[in-house]
Amino acid sequence: MTYTFLAIAVSAVVTYALRGAMFVLIKGDRTLPGWLERLGGVLPSAIMAVLVVYCLKGVKTDFTGSGIQGLIAAFVTGLSYKWKHSTFLSMIIGTALYMILIRVF
Amino acid sequence: MSKKEIFKYAFVRSIPVMCSYIFLGIAYGILMEKAGYGWYYSLIIGLVVYTGAFQFVLISLMSSGASLLSIALTALFMNSRQVFYSLSFFKDFNLMGKAKPYMIHSLTDETYAVNHTIMLKDEDRRRVMFPLAVMCHFYWCLGGVLGGLIGLMIPFSTEGIDFCMTALFVIIFVGQWESAKSHFPAVVGLVVSGICLFVLGADRFMLPSLLIVSTILTISNRGKES
Repeated sequence: MTYTFLAIAVSAVVTYALRGAMFVLIKGDRTLPGWLERLGGVLPSAIMAVLVVYCLKGVKTDFTGSGIQGLIAAFVTGLSYKWKHSTFLSMIIGTALYMILIRVF
Repeated sequence: MSKKEIFKYAFVRSIPVMCSYIFLGIAYGILMEKAGYGWYYSLIIGLVVYTGAFQFVLISLMSSGASLLSIALTALFMNSRQVFYSLSFFKDFNLMGKAKPYMIHSLTDETYAVNHTIMLKDEDRRRVMFPLAVMCHFYWCLGGVLGGLIGLMIPFSTEGIDFCMTALFVIIFVGQWESAKSHFPAVVGLVVSGICLFVLGADRFMLPSLLIVSTILTISNRGKES
C-alpha cells in the first residue's frame, strides 16, 4: 500500500518536473532566448514527424505483421487529407482502414 | 468569442483525443485490473501521472515491486522527450496565470499535437487551451476507470481504434507540411527518427531523435531572425 503510493508519487513528480523543466530553467523575464524561440518555432513540424514514426515503430520489428497495416493506413490518411482537407473524414477513413487491415491480414 | 463558443470549439478539437484516450484508457484499466489494481488506482495514476506509455510500464514495475529508484529512472527516461514540448507553448503558458501549472501538467504527446490544431489567435487560443486540456485529461481518466469497471465485459473487439491518434499525427504533419515555408524541419524529423529507430530500436529512439533534431535545427537556425 505504502509502496504503491510512493511509486505513484515518484512517477508523478518526475513526470511533472520534466514537463516544467523549461519554465524553471528560463525564469524571470517571460521570453525565451532567441535561439530557443527559433527552435520552438520550427520544432512542431519535426516533432510531428518523430511522433508519426513513433506510432509506426511496429513496422521495424514486424514488416509483415502489424507494422505494414499501420504504414498503409497512415499513407491513406495523409492522401485523403491532401484530397479533402477534412480532419474528421481522414481520421475515420484511416482508423477504419487500419481496423479492417489488422483483422484481414 | 463567448464562453460557450470557446467551449464548443475546444470540444470539437478534443474529439480525436477522445477516440484515442478513452479506448487506450480502457486497455490500461483492464491491464491494471488484471494486475490487481482496481479502477481507483487507474483514476489516481491517470490524474497525477498522466502519461500514456509510461503508465503501462509502471504496471509491471509496481507489480514486480521494482525499486523506487528504478521507477524514477524509467519515468525520467521515457518522459524526457516532453521537456521539448513546452518550448512551443512557452509564451502561451506564461500568459495563462493560474492555469499555468495545470497546463504544464497536462502537456502530453496528444495534447501537444492537438494544441497545434487550434486555428485561433492569441487570447482566444489560450482560452481554448485550458478547457481542451481538461477535456483530454478527463477522457484519459474516464477510460482507465471504465477499463477497470467494465473492461472485461465489452462484447466486441475494439483493437486498433487507438490508430485515430496516429491518424491525427499524420493529418497535422501533412497540414504543417502544406503551410510550412521550409520543409527542412519535417524532413529532418522523419530522416533522423527513422535512422534512430532502425539503429536504437523502438524502445529507445525517441529521446536521441529529439536531441539530434534539435541540434541540427539550432545549427541551421543560426543567424536567422525569429
